[in-house]
Order: sequence, then C-alpha cells, then structure tokens
Amino acid sequence: MVGLEHYLTVAATLFVIGIFGLFLNRKNVIILLMSIELMLLAVNINLVAFSVSLGDMVGQVFTLFVLTVAAAEAAIGLAILVCFFRNRGSIAVEDINVMKG
Amino acid sequence: MFWADITVIFPEIVLSVFAMITLIGWVYSKGDKQASILVWFAAVLLLGIAALIGFFGGETRIAFDGLFVDDAFSRFAKIMILASAAIILIISENYMSRHDLLRFEYPILVVLAVVGMMIMVSAGDLMTLYMGLELQSLSLYVVAALARDSVRSTEAGLKYFVLGALSSGLLLYGASLVYGYAGTTQFAGIIEAIDQSNSSLGFLFGLIFVISGLAFKVSAVPFHMWTPDVYEGSPTPITAFFATAPKVAAIGLLARVLHDAFGAVVSDWQQVIALLSVLSMFLGAIAAIGQTDIKRLMAYSSIAHMGYALMALAAGTEFGVQALLIYMVIYIIMSIGAFAFILAVERDGQPVTEIAALKLLSKRDPLKALAMLILLFSLAGIPPMLGFFCKFYVLKAAYEANLIWLAILGVIASVIGAYYYMRIVYFMYFGEDMDNELNTNGTPILTGVLLVSAVAMIVGVINLFGLEGAASVAATLLVN
Repeated sequence: MVGLEHYLTVAATLFVIGIFGLFLNRKNVIILLMSIELMLLAVNINLVAFSVSLGDMVGQVFTLFVLTVAAAEAAIGLAILVCFFRNRGSIAVEDINVMKG
Repeated sequence: MFWADITVIFPEIVLSVFAMITLIGWVYSKGDKQASILVWFAAVLLLGIAALIGFFGGETRIAFDGLFVDDAFSRFAKIMILASAAIILIISENYMSRHDLLRFEYPILVVLAVVGMMIMVSAGDLMTLYMGLELQSLSLYVVAALARDSVRSTEAGLKYFVLGALSSGLLLYGASLVYGYAGTTQFAGIIEAIDQSNSSLGFLFGLIFVISGLAFKVSAVPFHMWTPDVYEGSPTPITAFFATAPKVAAIGLLARVLHDAFGAVVSDWQQVIALLSVLSMFLGAIAAIGQTDIKRLMAYSSIAHMGYALMALAAGTEFGVQALLIYMVIYIIMSIGAFAFILAVERDGQPVTEIAALKLLSKRDPLKALAMLILLFSLAGIPPMLGFFCKFYVLKAAYEANLIWLAILGVIASVIGAYYYMRIVYFMYFGEDMDNELNTNGTPILTGVLLVSAVAMIVGVINLFGLEGAASVAATLLVN
C-alpha cells in the first residue's frame, strides 16, 4: 500500500537533490535551471499528495499555478542566460565572477 | 458579488491593463524613442493610484472568498510602494536616457513589479502570496539585467534569478507543508486550524521554509548573498528601485503571513525572526566597513536596516508592527534621497560610484554635500534626525516585548554601523583633494528630491508627518 508518507518522502528526496544540484554544481548554468525545475516539481508532488489525502481540490489548483509560473520562470531565466552568454562568451558557473560576493 | 470583488482589486486591474496595452502599443509603433513619455505617464498613473487608495480608504474588504484582503495595513504599504516606485521612475528618466538605457520596457516592467507587490501585501491566501511574489520577482529579474550589453548587469540578473528561484522553491515547499498540515491555504483558515497546542513538526518545517523563502526577498542574513552583487551590477536607478519598493512589499508580506496566518504560534517564529534580525544587523554593519563602492555599501546598509525592521517584527506585538511601518516609511525616504545623491555624482558625464572619489565634495557642491550629510546622519540613526526616531520606535517595541537582549544588540550594531556612514562624511568634508574633477550636475529633479528628503529628515521630527496614527490603525487591523 502506497500511503501519503511515501509520496512525501519522494518529494523531499527530489527537493534535496534539487538543492544539492544548485550548490554543488560547478559546471553549467543550465544544470542550475534543471535543479530549480526539480525543486518546483517536488513541491507539486507534495501538493497533489496532500490534496488527495485531504480530499481537498485546492492543492491541485495550486499545482496548476506552480506549473504555469515555473514555465514563465524558465523562459525568463533562459532569456537572461542568453544575454549573459553574449557578453561573457561562457555559461560556466565559475565564470559568473565579475563581481565578488 | 463578482462586481464587488472586482472593485476591490480595481487599482491592480488598472495597472495591469495599462502595462499590457502600453506594451503592445510601444512594440508595434513607437519603440524606444518615445520611452520617456511612457516613464512620465507611468509615474503619474502610479501617483494617481496611490492618491486614490489614500483618499478612498474605508472598511476592510475581502474579495474572492478570502484570496485578497484590502485593509488599512495593505493600503498603507501600497501607498508606500506606489509612491516610491513613481519617484524612482521620475528621478531615473534623465539618467537612463543619458546612458542609453531608457527602453520602453523599463517603465512597463516596473509597473508590473508594482502590481505584484500590491498583490503581495494584500494576500489572504498562500496562492495569492505566491502569484504576487512571482509577478514581482520575474519583473525584477529582467529589470536587473536591463543593461543588456553590460557583463555586470546581466551577471546581476543571472545571480538574482538563480537565488530568487531557489528562494521561491523554498517558500513553495514550505507552503505545501503548511497546506498539508493545516488543511487549507487560506490565512484565516490556517490561524484557526493551528495553535500552540497542535502545531506538529511538519507544520513547523513548513513555517521555517516559508520564513526562509521570504527572508531571501528581504535580504536578511544568512539569505543575503545576492544583495551586494545585484546592487552593484544593476544600473543605479534600478538599484534605487530594489532598495525601496520591493523591500516594503517583502517585509509587508512577511508581517502579514506571520500575523494573519501564523499569529497563533508567535513563540514558534519569534526566535527565528530575532536571530535573522541580529545576524542582519551585525553583518550589515561589519561587512560595509571595507567597501569601496557606494552601491555595495548601500547594499550592506539595506541589509542592516532590514535587520532593524525584522527586530520590530520579532516583537510580535501590535506596537511592533506600528514601529515596523514607521521604520519602513523613513527608511524609504532616506534611501531615495541617498540614491538621488549617488545618481547626481558623476565625472565627465560618467557615473562614479567609488567612495574615495567623493573627497572634498563639500568644496565643489556644498548644498548637495550638506543634504547627503543629513541623510547619512539619519541613516546612521543619530539624533535629532528622523532616522534616530524610527530606530527608537523599533528598540522600544523590542524592549516592551521582553526582547531586551535583542534591543541591546541592536544598539551595539547601530554604533558599529555609524562608522561607515561617518566615513563618507569624512571624505566629503575633510578628505584630501584629488586631481580628477568630480562634478555633480544632477537635474533639478534629482536635486529637488535630494533636498526634500534631507529637509524631511529634520522637519519630520516635529510630528513624524502624522505617520504614527495611520501606522497604528494599520497595525491594529493586522494583529489579532
């Protein structure tokens, strides 16, 4: 029997993988975008699982909002990335270092 | 019912429709040449909406089954947001067009960001909170990278985007846990469902994630990493925008979530907010000392100021929220003045941001140097400037909420912080003269904004412009 906690565990695992991908990745900004997407999808699993277990539709409506915004977010991220690549000629994470911080 | 709901969100609708129509209009016809008209038009519209909200206040209205709340607190924050965004647009027009940065999407993106901020401070539900926050953030990412041909600006946009998206992810994960354990996304439902006796570990996790997500947006330590880089890399008027309206919106949203949704579990979040506050105050004060770039310095200064705002929030009382609102108003006036000064300083038409370049400015432009002196004293919180009184309110709120240790640490951080503000004053008045001529040829508008904010720092001491009463009404409605 697959219960709520199984879904929550999967979601938490995906979320943590996303965060680690964001911080440990030293290669490519595209991987950062993928990690962000992974985090948002983990949240969606969470929301849908809670929605089903509570018998409440709101969680699934929330999921649709999150999906839509995630698409917009990816579009804007890629647009900024293209601008950055034109100026810097690279999208390696270690090249994002003109300013120290 | 439907039309009653529509009237509640009328200001937001007007601004969104304005943004969409002008976007289409300017894409198809005018292009960047007519962008300054659009800037003025947008600024006038924002001020008009602020006046509309100010004059037609009235009762608390709830729209769309509790998704959207229009009360005295949200109106107070909205007027601050609209007015500061409009002033920033006005003072940036000249600078942007001289440096060939004035594109027509700039005012449109600012208006869209403002709509997002208005939704944030009016949120009555986790969904509205998220949608408002994302509308604001997505617009701000693009605005940060507005100088498309500059490595620094696009890098600022990229850094802001990656860390902002991470914070949205944290916030959402928290929101999903809160939804799961409270059974609803409405703030009114959450505060009913969860109190001290039945707050489970999962709910607590959700609460902490939501707070960390929002702490990113107010740039509280340890979620501040993006702030100095984004402030330094973005064009200066946009930095001025980042330092004002989004901060009000984020701190307003934090206040609303903590009191409206988590008001029954104050002791759970009080320590977290107090910790964020202490870290922000000290990091802001200490890290700013070594800075040589005035925009980076202003970034650390804003981190420290957000620490004080969080201190008011940590009190968890009605007076705390009142102190928070007063603090934000005064902080915004000071920031706009300081950025008007930074925009006015240049050498041979090129913007200058090194602090060392300000040496002996008082000889060349005594009026602007004096105005900046007053603003810096006020930012440092030195009496009798207004900046002292807003810090005083915050410390009093912390003291009355039995957070005496927090108040004491706040005073210590403020003394450390005074050093770097005074260093700028020292450069302006006593530094050694340099060969390269620095000239301040700001437009009359820049000079006017600078002088008005400096005068406000002194005149405001008399009665705080009647802010106290309005802030008190707003705070009463929020805290229950």
